[in-house]
Amino acid sequence: MIRTEEMLLNVGPQHPSTHGVFRLVVKIDGEIITEAKPVIGYLHRGTEKLAENLQYTQIIPYTDRMDYISSMTNNYVICHAVETMMGIQVPDRAEYLRVLAMELNRVASHLVWWGTYLLDIGAVSPFLYAFREREMIINLLNELSGARLTFNYMRVGGVKWDAPEGWIEKVAEFVPYMREQLKGYHQLVTGNEIFINRVKGVGRYTKEDALQYSLSGANARCTGIKWDLRKDEPYSIYDRFDFDVISREGGDAWARYECRLAEIEESLKIIEQAVEQFPRAGEIMAKVPKIIKAPKGEAFVRIESPRGEIGCYIASDGKKEPYRLKFRRPSFYNLQILPKLLVGENIANLIAILGAIDIVLGEVDG
Amino acid sequence: MIQDLLYSSPSLANFGIFFLLATVFLFVILGFVTYAILAERKVMGFMQLRHGPNQVGGRWGLLQTVADVLKLLLKEDTIPKLADRPLFILAPAIAFAPAFMVVATIPFTDSLQFADIGVGLLYYIAVSGLTTIGIVTGSWASNNKYSLLGGMRAAAQMISYEIPLVMSVLGIILLSGSLNLNEIVEAQKDGWFIILQPIAFIVFLIASVAELNRAPFDLPEAESELVAGFHVEYSGFRWAFFMLAEYVYFFAMASLITVLFLGGWLPLPFLGFIPGAVWFALKFSVVVFLLIWFRVTFPRVRADQLMEFGWKVLLPVALANIFLTALLKELLNAF
Repeated sequence: MIRTEEMLLNVGPQHPSTHGVFRLVVKIDGEIITEAKPVIGYLHRGTEKLAENLQYTQIIPYTDRMDYISSMTNNYVICHAVETMMGIQVPDRAEYLRVLAMELNRVASHLVWWGTYLLDIGAVSPFLYAFREREMIINLLNELSGARLTFNYMRVGGVKWDAPEGWIEKVAEFVPYMREQLKGYHQLVTGNEIFINRVKGVGRYTKEDALQYSLSGANARCTGIKWDLRKDEPYSIYDRFDFDVISREGGDAWARYECRLAEIEESLKIIEQAVEQFPRAGEIMAKVPKIIKAPKGEAFVRIESPRGEIGCYIASDGKKEPYRLKFRRPSFYNLQILPKLLVGENIANLIAILGAIDIVLGEVDG
Repeated sequence: MIQDLLYSSPSLANFGIFFLLATVFLFVILGFVTYAILAERKVMGFMQLRHGPNQVGGRWGLLQTVADVLKLLLKEDTIPKLADRPLFILAPAIAFAPAFMVVATIPFTDSLQFADIGVGLLYYIAVSGLTTIGIVTGSWASNNKYSLLGGMRAAAQMISYEIPLVMSVLGIILLSGSLNLNEIVEAQKDGWFIILQPIAFIVFLIASVAELNRAPFDLPEAESELVAGFHVEYSGFRWAFFMLAEYVYFFAMASLITVLFLGGWLPLPFLGFIPGAVWFALKFSVVVFLLIWFRVTFPRVRADQLMEFGWKVLLPVALANIFLTALLKELLNAF
């Protein structure tokens, strides 16, 4: 008698397409996935626990290492939380520098996603094109902060360094260049029949699913939810810029792809306006005490990172270290829908679905 | 010369000559493989804003592949504990021997051909199908789930694409009236088959890329899905054998496309003073470049879509092409 048996396949933690040390235990029947179980924690460093013994300024470098593709937004969320607790008014110039840095970083982050996603799908070249542009952004941020990946740029009350001479002009030049390159991206990939066939209708979920699973960022906006904290709960100076919240109706990997590429354009709009409005002179640091002590109490702030809503909760008992610190790490939440998406799918779609969620393992594992 | 030798009585001298010729030919192919890999890396580098190899062997990296092969020779040869040892060792040989066997039938010029077989085309297609057995054997013997998936994909892909490949060639056979590759080239004196058989050319090109397991049809070794597919467990020189087979097929298939569709060694009009070998090399290089270009540009097709495309699109188109060719031929003959 012919007997078939389920195969247990271990994808990761050393698989080339799990974007780090993510492990997925899948049961497959033939080529159809019957069960998928994500195993995470290989990169857990206990950032939140470590933070309890660190002063607020000392925590900032740790946040760099959470979502290491987009460190600036992580930097911002912790500073923003402490500033909210202490009621610090950040100088204008510092806010503009922060917005520029965050939006540049958002573009870089989406570029990394775009490149690696295409790499997952099997096209090698887009990765290199994306990294060419990312390299320019990284160089810009390097001039600003002195680091290429873990920027450690923002401080409670402002930013660490002022923009070097000519930096703003370089950013201004970058915007039209990037727009030009984006056209090339669309020509190379977006219209490609093979690519469309691989992502359209793949990993589809509804608006209700997205809300139930607490998805955020492009993962939520791809289902038609128009929700972007930069617009809906403006923090920093985002209310001064004119940009659209991108959303698509499809709810599949294709919609997520479109969302992210369109978000690059929106970020470029913000950068363009920020460069125009950039104050020529001014402080980059508010008056803050030498040793920062958040007042007794608690605060939760959330901002829009490239991956979704990143939140920071601080409970303080008035000391120079937080009593408890908690990050809402968007990758971690977005990942939770994966088992649901994978069941019943063909094994060939596994990578396309996983990649479209856009996880960063440093953030998932904390 | 080779023909005469084939029909002469067997002797030790003849055997010696054959052996020598085969060795020379082997080195020609290995030389090609060496520089095809370099060319591929250089072209890919050029298209991907990189330099490609530029350290070993001067600024063009001329000795890069040699260095790579030496490294592979020195690498430890690992065989998994639970692998099927005899099959594991045998598989690379099964995969790579047919690759050399098919090259013998390719006519490079009107005089340079190693085996002028009456049914050369049939021979090519039949023998090249054997390689898949090597791949499936290797993937099964490795006792690895990823390689098993890769091997199964390779088998399914081979069956789905061999058929349109053969079907597309039938149009050419109808026009040339022969399965002999020499005669097929001669039949293109008045017009290359790429012009007379454009549909067949497109079907053949797509199917041949799938046959070669190259991007966008590189599913059996899809790096991002199956880690390395059928050769996950292979290392060192056994792995090199698989790669070697792949590149020799690359060479053979590019040659075959040149012979079938681009008129082999035949020159363009008014340029007959340039020798046939140069023409062959030129057309061949164009095909190689095209195949590399494919690899750089396209994402990978999904396994089930690949099957669908093979059976639902390529096969009917190829069949329609045969029908159309036969019809047109009869009509033209009638008037």
